[in-house]
Amino acid sequence: MVTSILHRGTGIVLVLGSLLLACGLMSLAAGPEQWSGFSGFARSPLGFLILFGWSWSLAFHLVNGIRHLLQDAGLGFSIDSFVRNSWISVFGSLVLTALVWVVAMTQWGGA
Amino acid sequence: MKVNDNLRTPLKRARGLGSAKDGTGHFIDQRITAIALVFLTLYVVGLVVWLIGADYATVRATVAQPWNAILLVAFLVASFWHAKLGLQVIVEDYVHTPWLAAVSQLAVIFVCALAGLASVLAVIRISLGA
Repeated sequence: MVTSILHRGTGIVLVLGSLLLACGLMSLAAGPEQWSGFSGFARSPLGFLILFGWSWSLAFHLVNGIRHLLQDAGLGFSIDSFVRNSWISVFGSLVLTALVWVVAMTQWGGA
Repeated sequence: MKVNDNLRTPLKRARGLGSAKDGTGHFIDQRITAIALVFLTLYVVGLVVWLIGADYATVRATVAQPWNAILLVAFLVASFWHAKLGLQVIVEDYVHTPWLAAVSQLAVIFVCALAGLASVLAVIRISLGA
């Protein structure tokens, strides 16, 4: 039940994130000045907070979404596996988020 | 008992609220875009992480690469379509005031369509160097 609400909540966050992505692409198309405004915002403390929340929302919606697709195929409906898979969604998304940030920070440090 | 104040029978009115002839369409579209997005999301996240720290010219040139542009457009179309379908269900489930529900549904469609078109146009401008 919690994962169902989280799926919707993260879905809404991802819509907002997609609107930011649209802004980012438009600023990239517009020119270097607009782009530096956008990337400067992404590097600000607020930008990091948004990126972090966005990345976890994406990871959760992705992992839990795959779970939904498997459920559509009729898998994972016993109470045991349902509860276990909920935990996989929660911890799997946290691990995935951490992984992406470790790679991202390594990339940033190397650049 | 309420007097039936129009000439339609209750059964006729109930039937009027029935099938819109596209019963499973929403469900199927949501799943197709979901499956596409599993792959496209991993690709786009990879692309974004790859580009961290890169300068403007590099980011622009990378997005302009044909395969990157194609997959980005596919990601954007699938994303905003999937977003429209998901938001539609959320409005259907939680907004019960008829006029507010209608306005919300219209807003969802307009925002998703506009954001989708704007971001796809941006990728086209970048890839054509305009």
